[in-house]
Amino acid sequence: MELNAGVPAGPLEKKWDSHRFELRLVNPANKRKHTVIVVGSGLAGASAAASLGELGYKVQCYCFQDSPRRAHSIAAQGGINAAKNYQNDGDSIHRLFYDTIKGGDFRAREANVYRLAQISVNIIDQCVAQGVPFAREYGGLLANRSFGGAQVSRTFYARGQTGQQLLLGAYQALERQIAAGTVEMFPRTEMLDLVVIDGQARGIVTRNLVTGAVEANLADAVVMATGGYGNVFYLSTNAKGCNVTATFRAWKRGAAFGNPCYTQIHPTCIPVSGEYQSKLTLMSESLRNDGRVWVPKRKGDKRPPTAIPEVERDYYLERKYPSFGNLSPRDIASRAAKEVCDEGRGVGETGLGVYLDFADAIRRLGLDKVRERYGNLFEMYERITGENPYQLPMRIFPAAHYTMGGLWVDYNLMSTIPGLFVLGEANFSDHGANRLGASALMQGLADGYFIIPYTLGDYLARARPAPVAGDHAAVKTTLAEVNGRIERILAGDGKRTVDEFHRELGRIMWECCGMERNAAGLRRALDAIPALRKSFWYDVRVVGTGQEFNQSLEKAGRVADFLEFAELMCRDALHREESCGGHFRSEHQTQDGEAARDDERFAYVAAWEYAGDDREPILHKEPLVFENVHLATRSYK
Amino acid sequence: MRLTLRVWRQAGPRDAGALKQYEIPDVSPDMSFLEMLDVLNERLERQGDRPIAFDHDCREGICGSCSMTIDGRPHGPQQGTTTCQLHMRRYRDGDTITIEPFRATAFPVVRDLVVDRTALDRIIQAGGFVGVATGNAPDANAIPIAKPDADRAMDAAQCIGCGACVAACPNASAMLFAGAKVTHLGLLPQGQPERYRRVLAMVERMDMEGFGGCTNFGECHEACPKEISLATIARLNADFLKASLTRRDS
Ligand SMILES: Cc1cc2nc3c(=O)[nH]c(=O)nc-3n(C[C@H](O)[C@H](O)[C@H](O)COP(=O)(O)OP(=O)(O)OC[C@H]3O[C@@H](n4cnc5c(N)ncnc54)[C@H](O)[C@@H]3O)c2cc1C
Ligand code: FES
Repeated sequence: MELNAGVPAGPLEKKWDSHRFELRLVNPANKRKHTVIVVGSGLAGASAAASLGELGYKVQCYCFQDSPRRAHSIAAQGGINAAKNYQNDGDSIHRLFYDTIKGGDFRAREANVYRLAQISVNIIDQCVAQGVPFAREYGGLLANRSFGGAQVSRTFYARGQTGQQLLLGAYQALERQIAAGTVEMFPRTEMLDLVVIDGQARGIVTRNLVTGAVEANLADAVVMATGGYGNVFYLSTNAKGCNVTATFRAWKRGAAFGNPCYTQIHPTCIPVSGEYQSKLTLMSESLRNDGRVWVPKRKGDKRPPTAIPEVERDYYLERKYPSFGNLSPRDIASRAAKEVCDEGRGVGETGLGVYLDFADAIRRLGLDKVRERYGNLFEMYERITGENPYQLPMRIFPAAHYTMGGLWVDYNLMSTIPGLFVLGEANFSDHGANRLGASALMQGLADGYFIIPYTLGDYLARARPAPVAGDHAAVKTTLAEVNGRIERILAGDGKRTVDEFHRELGRIMWECCGMERNAAGLRRALDAIPALRKSFWYDVRVVGTGQEFNQSLEKAGRVADFLEFAELMCRDALHREESCGGHFRSEHQTQDGEAARDDERFAYVAAWEYAGDDREPILHKEPLVFENVHLATRSYK
Repeated sequence: MRLTLRVWRQAGPRDAGALKQYEIPDVSPDMSFLEMLDVLNERLERQGDRPIAFDHDCREGICGSCSMTIDGRPHGPQQGTTTCQLHMRRYRDGDTITIEPFRATAFPVVRDLVVDRTALDRIIQAGGFVGVATGNAPDANAIPIAKPDADRAMDAAQCIGCGACVAACPNASAMLFAGAKVTHLGLLPQGQPERYRRVLAMVERMDMEGFGGCTNFGECHEACPKEISLATIARLNADFLKASLTRRDS
């Protein structure tokens, strides 16, 4: 396998422009002769499907929910970044580029990130034109806020529902194309495998979740925008259906997986309340703009927060990181919370929590202003915990949230399988080892609206995929393999539920491959996961058949893939003997406990190639070359 | 606490359904409603019984997947709250809870509590968008929008498309759903060029899909987890009237 990122030559600022000129075009009359499959209808998938439909391609779009509007992107709260510099506060494309590279701890590809910053500007224009009701000032212009450790106000938002409004914009554009007949939508349809013919991605095998029908769907190219794999931890802020199946199956068909160990743990989530817990709820990071994080100074201090006097509180983020304080980046804030809890200063019944306190903000801004800014988040918190955050500080704890890792893609967003493009959270591209707040929405829409429409055409014009027959041998074997897996899951008549296995896997991953990792723990996980997988296959119980609506079967398929994928994650985490971004190896830290990066040995993308079920995956390295930024030690002190 | 559930079980669209009773002895008040069903489902599976099918995804009250009628009320007893955000501290030991799918002609049952709501997508297809292709946009600040208008547009845009309004309405009307979209886009300058075409097309589609007409019961607003205002329906009606009177094409 050869990794060729295909970064265009020339100065950073000119690369995308000149590349666009180099890219070949498909004649308008020929576009409708090309069928393109888009898997996923989140920000990346919906924007791609709509834009490709507008261009005249014959698009098929798939999602597992009952409607494309329900993709997990809908849940994003805080906002979307763009280098508009409407606030005149020193922002620029270059600054957004630099912040993203630095935030990612210098583990992302410069050229991709620069292009992202450039395109960010067009995204906001596009969304406003679609009728996305972003927040505005009294003068009628767009409002901005600073978000997640940025020192400029470049985040656009729609109350606490930015993802919802952006997705509805893309969904509506998609529905318009469905009505126009350029896009055919397949909801409640899950991709279970990729069809590769003569080395090119030529289709997918899907299961109709209502009837159970398993089919092969062929096309000239496949675009996957299937989101992230945060649910490998079982408990995460992701929607319940988020999964690794599509990307993992593509990996097994030859797509390299980039940096699988880079996962983001978000510092502000509602803590776990019991064993039955099914997911964790994110409290938007924007809360850290006005809320202050603290724990008692004394270990095991069980007094109610209001009874702890000011001098006995430790505002540890403000203390340790005076210049960023409560707005320190996610990985840093998460680890700091873990540290104080490990010291026995955590709050709440389980001791796994810290306070996020708005008393000062209410005093400073008034109740109305706080209500206006955070009202819906406070209500959500109260609904879930039964506590009123206007009166008591919130309790928060870190939770798995986002996965920077994903399928490796080149500058054109194409994977190592020609004709397979990967967009949004599903690819590994722009966030390095840590993603900045409000940058995932930006990336998903950049990929879907503004990159794939160009690069896909270039591929089709160059590769000229020949027609394939529906009964091609590769189609038949892929179908047979998918059916075989389904039968195997249903054949077991064990005693344990799918969720039991998933919870167990989650515990292993959270403990050994979570916020802090070390070689011993990772080796433990690498022993425990295959054992768990083995017991899954003889002890899992899935009731019902494959020819019907069967949610347990859906879940079982996803968990089976997580059980294999988790191993790849741990292997990647073990091999990366440095700390960077969300990947913190306890053996590699500075004297004051900060991440110690090793640029000499690890300034590369780890791209793993599948080598067979009984062989270890092969590591390939894409060296990261920094020509425009100086590799600095990330410091938020 | 100990609860009794009466749950609608139906194998498929053409099968007869019935309420089936389950006892759950160990419900924690901190559980969400769906977590309680998870616990029951795991128990059923261990016994070799089919778990109860229900739609859900985000479990944060935003994706609009969850769709249960709880004791006769879509999304249950708590105002402005989806099923997934409902927590068991609302209930008392010994309570009996009846759970049914969202019912409407336009929402055929898929299985148990899962219904087919794709009719709502088709209403959006008819006109619930701004017809702007990617890449055609002027600078985002080129057209200022008064904050009160933007705020009201956002109030309407919050609709999560769950269909509770339809399930709550004695006529199974989708007017609150359509009204919310017509209001969201109609309040913004970007939505003006297609404003009247939009309302006509969406109303026509609603009729085609078998949704009923609005006779001002107001149950939709009561059931709406996002508390979308009835004023959106008034606005739809006003736009519809104007559009019908002035329509030039037929
Ligand atoms: C609670 C929360 C809040 C967030 N807030 C922010 C924020 O404020 N700002 C920000 O920038 N980012 C935020 N993020 C991150 C951001 O929302 C996501 O990274 C982003 O929306 C992912 O978009 P996507 O299009 O790549 O994937 P998704 O939106 O996850 O969509 C995936 C799509 O793929 C489909 N799919 C998946 N697997 C299959 C399969 N096997 N077969 C068929 N279809 C499949 C799904 O049906 C879905 O349509 C947040 C994330 C969470 C969890
Ligand atoms: S599961 Fe998403 S709104 Fe209830």
